[in-house]
Amino acid sequence: MINITDNVRFCIEGLYVILFIITCFAYALGFIKKDKKDVANFKTRMKSFWVIVVLFTLAFIFNKLAAIIFIMLISYLALKEFFSMIPTRRSDRRVLLWAYLSIPIQYYFLYTGWVAMFYLFIPLYMFLLIPLRMVMVGDNDGFLKSCGTIHWGLMACVYAIGYFALYFAIPESINPAGGSLGFLMYILIVTISNDFMQFVFGKSFGRHKIIPNVSPNKTVEGFVGGVVSTSIIAGCLAHFLTPFTYPQAYLVGVVIAIAGFFGDVTMSAIKRDIGVKDTGSLLPGHGGILDRLDSMIFTVPLFFHYVAYIYNVGILD
Amino acid sequence: MQFDSLLRWQNIIKFLFFLLFVKPFIFWILGINIRGAEKLLHTDNGAIIVANHNSHIDTLLIMSLFPMSKIIKIHPVAAEDYFCNTKFKSFIFKTLIGIIPIKRKLSKQPKEVFFKEINNALKNKHIIIIYPEGTRGEDNLIHDFKTGVAHIAKMNPAVPVIPMYVNGPDKILPKVDFLPVPFISDIYVSAHIYYDNSSTKDFTNKIKRVVEELYIIHKKTHGKE
Repeated sequence: MINITDNVRFCIEGLYVILFIITCFAYALGFIKKDKKDVANFKTRMKSFWVIVVLFTLAFIFNKLAAIIFIMLISYLALKEFFSMIPTRRSDRRVLLWAYLSIPIQYYFLYTGWVAMFYLFIPLYMFLLIPLRMVMVGDNDGFLKSCGTIHWGLMACVYAIGYFALYFAIPESINPAGGSLGFLMYILIVTISNDFMQFVFGKSFGRHKIIPNVSPNKTVEGFVGGVVSTSIIAGCLAHFLTPFTYPQAYLVGVVIAIAGFFGDVTMSAIKRDIGVKDTGSLLPGHGGILDRLDSMIFTVPLFFHYVAYIYNVGILD
Repeated sequence: MQFDSLLRWQNIIKFLFFLLFVKPFIFWILGINIRGAEKLLHTDNGAIIVANHNSHIDTLLIMSLFPMSKIIKIHPVAAEDYFCNTKFKSFIFKTLIGIIPIKRKLSKQPKEVFFKEINNALKNKHIIIIYPEGTRGEDNLIHDFKTGVAHIAKMNPAVPVIPMYVNGPDKILPKVDFLPVPFISDIYVSAHIYYDNSSTKDFTNKIKRVVEELYIIHKKTHGKE
């Protein structure tokens, strides 16, 4: 069983209350607003959110194995979406199969707590194994591009998302308020509210484009507003879910906001490069699973190493 | 094959095969991104489904689009020389998938005899899947359509033809390989079309144009692939 502290339980309940209020708001809008299409999209978006939140709670209140299998499935769906989105060569079929097979291996290291192998497997061993398998096939046209895209997919979808489960490697004694789930809860809430705040500030005050070539909707005002408000949210939540001091929490809020922003625009750049609007269609109203995970791919690993640095845990025991 | 009685032991095996293996494999491991799914709802009186063909996965994908209650009523039309060349293969494919074998060679038989089993199936409000290209392509392009499908539509003018475009199985399991690799497939379903008394050649071309239009829609939304 995963130990869920009262504070984490309160946060989960709070999340359901917020979700409930927003859903009610969406249905209320349906009666007032004339533009039905916008509202319908809002509703499907909320439905997808419900599915995500319920699945997450079910996976995490059960036990560590269930949680790790759940995150492994997310990795699989994300990687499959990535490989379906990018151009792949037919000669890479076996390489892609090897890439898929790295998922259970990576999560085996996570489950057994073999942290050193978790750190090494994708960045080192898969880095060597992918070109090795490709050389065995022997198709030189587009070799480097294939090699690079496949390894990028693994780093984003398997290595970075694997950090969701690495928070179990942090001893609970460090975090009496939040337990092992506290840090994960914290980073997920802060990242999602950062996405939301950047959007809200951008919509309300957005004037100056920040990177027009990649994402024309992103503005300087949205970015700055997001960084400030995320830092405040991170500070408010800190003593509730983490053992951070206030300066540590405000700082991490700023770091997460910046990283989340860059995660978001990185995925936008990839989508623009390929020429697609969404990465997939798994989550109605949101697009693909990578559209939802884009900022977390950057923030979750970064925040882990922030924690690991401050408390000197989780790197190599 | 009998089409009037549904409670045969073959159908029970086919039902379980799709419930326990095919559907979980298609929806959990592979994944489908479908547009126009609502056009498959009105198929209670039978339908002729026409699609481009690149892989054996095509058939499993298309069949999985239908609810379990309709699974035993769907019959892919399959080349006799490939799927029924041994008694064992014939038994497996007829039981598990419910194929209707057809000869790929020219025949001197009258059409009514040649397509007898297909007509029987359609009369009993079953659904058939037919690939007018006649074989799996190796380059993920749409090749020439053979006119058999128009002959079937002509003999069954009340049954709708539903053209589809399938993209993805070409990557999952191409003709030249035997190990499947997971990818998400895209399926586009077009509106029903009925036989319009034109020549079989014109009607075949009409169906092909619809499939090609679906392919163009796919191209527009999927960038470089």
